[in-house]
Amino acid sequence: MPSVTLNEEETIQEVRKIVERIGSTRADLIPVLQAITNQFGVISQTTMLELSTLMNLPTKEIHSVATFYRMLSTQARGRHVVQFCESAPCHVVGGREVFASLKEALSLEPGQTSPDNKWTLLTTSCLGVCGIGPVLLIDTDLYGNVTPEQVEDILSRYE
Amino acid sequence: MTFYRSTVLVSVDPLCVEKGAYELIDTLQDELIKQGLLDEVQVLETPRLGDPETLGPDIVVYPEGTHYTNITYFDIPRLVEEHFIKGRILKQYAATMIDAIDEELTAPKSKEIRVVLENIGVIDPRNIEDYFAKDGYMALGKVLTEMTPEEVIQEILDAKLRGRGGAGFPTGLKWKFARQAEGDVKYVICNADEGDPGAFMNRRVLEGDPHSVIEGMCIAAYAIGAQQGYIYCRAEYPIAVSTMNLAIKQARSIGLLGKNILGTNFSFDLEIRMGAGAFVCGEETALMASIEGSRGEPRARPPFPANKGLWGKPTNINNVETYANVPRIIQKGADWFASMGTEKSKGTKTFALAGDVNNTGLIEVPFGITLREIIFDVGGGIKGNKKFKAVQTGGPMGGCLPESLLDLPVDYETLGQAGSIMGSGGMIVMDEGTCMVDIARFFMEFTQDESCGKCVPCRVGTHRLLEILEKICAGDGEEGDIEELEELSDQIKRNSLCGLGQGAPNPVVSTLEHFMDEYKAHIYEKRCPAKVCRALIKYEIMDGPCTGCTVCARNCPVNAISGERKETHVIDQDICIKCGICFQVCKFDAINIT
Repeated sequence: MPSVTLNEEETIQEVRKIVERIGSTRADLIPVLQAITNQFGVISQTTMLELSTLMNLPTKEIHSVATFYRMLSTQARGRHVVQFCESAPCHVVGGREVFASLKEALSLEPGQTSPDNKWTLLTTSCLGVCGIGPVLLIDTDLYGNVTPEQVEDILSRYE
Repeated sequence: MTFYRSTVLVSVDPLCVEKGAYELIDTLQDELIKQGLLDEVQVLETPRLGDPETLGPDIVVYPEGTHYTNITYFDIPRLVEEHFIKGRILKQYAATMIDAIDEELTAPKSKEIRVVLENIGVIDPRNIEDYFAKDGYMALGKVLTEMTPEEVIQEILDAKLRGRGGAGFPTGLKWKFARQAEGDVKYVICNADEGDPGAFMNRRVLEGDPHSVIEGMCIAAYAIGAQQGYIYCRAEYPIAVSTMNLAIKQARSIGLLGKNILGTNFSFDLEIRMGAGAFVCGEETALMASIEGSRGEPRARPPFPANKGLWGKPTNINNVETYANVPRIIQKGADWFASMGTEKSKGTKTFALAGDVNNTGLIEVPFGITLREIIFDVGGGIKGNKKFKAVQTGGPMGGCLPESLLDLPVDYETLGQAGSIMGSGGMIVMDEGTCMVDIARFFMEFTQDESCGKCVPCRVGTHRLLEILEKICAGDGEEGDIEELEELSDQIKRNSLCGLGQGAPNPVVSTLEHFMDEYKAHIYEKRCPAKVCRALIKYEIMDGPCTGCTVCARNCPVNAISGERKETHVIDQDICIKCGICFQVCKFDAINIT
């Protein structure tokens, strides 16, 4: 997640570095967008215009790819991204109750970001750790065997 | 492979990492260097070892199998001195009563046969020499020096290996088509986009035995004449990606990938491509579109990838497990492989058991085993002595099978005939507390969400199916809904472009077929027999057991519960939002759900 907000000129410089590092062919587009999402938390309009020049692709193509994949984001995210696994194995072992308590604790619906920019709540596809469901992921921290009662405590660990 | 006197497994699950597992590893390494034991004691990282409730970090020392818990880096010098130098167990931290367990993969049960999972948890995946010690890359050597590409293909054909991604297409035939396709540039792809909820077999293979996949891909590349390969791995598996990257680097550094492999004319190299969170990219044509840098949308087949695949070139695409089987077939022979399984489905299959079953985790069983044996013998039966209700196989495009079909032998054909699919191997067991209409709705929510939107039957059809199911679960089901579900399912199945749409109605069709009573109860009696669908249930406080302790009233988020202390409380049904919190907090089982 971004620690400082960059101005446009700095953003463009960073984007150029990423493209230089990964490559500028068509096949590099998704890795580049992935790197941009990781670094800035969002693929902005400015970024897409710059990429269009750097990679010689129409902006609409970049936009179409950026909006297709769940992990690429064209909307700004909060400081912490909470991802809840909504897959069946977690669902049948009590995931629904955990999700309800998570939504209530954050006062967010999936896809929303809190007004203070602290939290973004998302659902994720299966994380493949179904043996310890229900599972939730905060930034890169994974929590397994989560109960509705634990939600508040887990969230309180984040500044 | 270096042989060590002792191996120390350190649990690095999130809980233990939080409590300093990595600091412990660092200190342990330092101490071993200091004591000159580095050549004798090996330190490995491992998933969770023990009970998550123990204070962690846990370590287990082999060959003794001594399990230490609640140990910190402060204690390491003493541990090294006592255990490794003096040979005494440090009793203070020894958790003798706890058996070390790998939650995902326990010791094989009697009905299991481990082929693909053979090396997992046994070798260090980050060290290629461990794989050599298990005869790794011997099959590649044999293929390159003793066999023609045609002979390799024939061997795979004779073994009757079928695609483990779920469709079950004969692998040898696929290779043959790619071999025969014209063109100098050809590709092999490994589909590691294991997106089915509840399926994590491929993740464990990639994380635990990465070289078996690389070796399998090399053999496939030799057989079809490819020079470049891609592993398309989903980004939700960061550890798998880093393990594979390291394995590729190691293989390349000693000439098992790259130019002139093992001194022959054969050159082949591999690259990893990461997904970006789109379920449909597990479909082969969508996957290739994604590697090319486009939206991961499927296209109509034919032309099949074997003729026109990645960048329009002939491409062979197989699943992780399929490739991992290849080196074993080459080494042990097609006859050995074909001796396991049923007439049409040979070998073994890995499954990820999840849901309401006692032993969740990974298993590997020969084809032909019954569902009952998998759930009750290998899986240890239903949790909490509840009754079995259904098993969902094949992921979100699979079906739910009831008790009456439990004695079916598991293979591609029988599961298909029963209205489900083999799929990649997710298996979700559901007990009597599961509402099948809710489950159908749940799966439709998933497929509707993951539909890429390219073709109308899938995009609009799944949405309509979901609307009807939501209506039924909300208690607004009406005459004609069942017929409409059936009609729509049939249309979506027949007219969708790819496997996602064609399989999407399966959860609905199979629950309609096997659990029609539940649909009828929801629609005509406005009742949810499993007491899951909120709109159709009511919480009531029973007069007898209620002690008037006020816990429910204090926890009710909408203040729907009233009553004096020490007197039976009452729920106001008009205010109640049916959240179920009162049911959870009541210590006297006084809340009744009707």
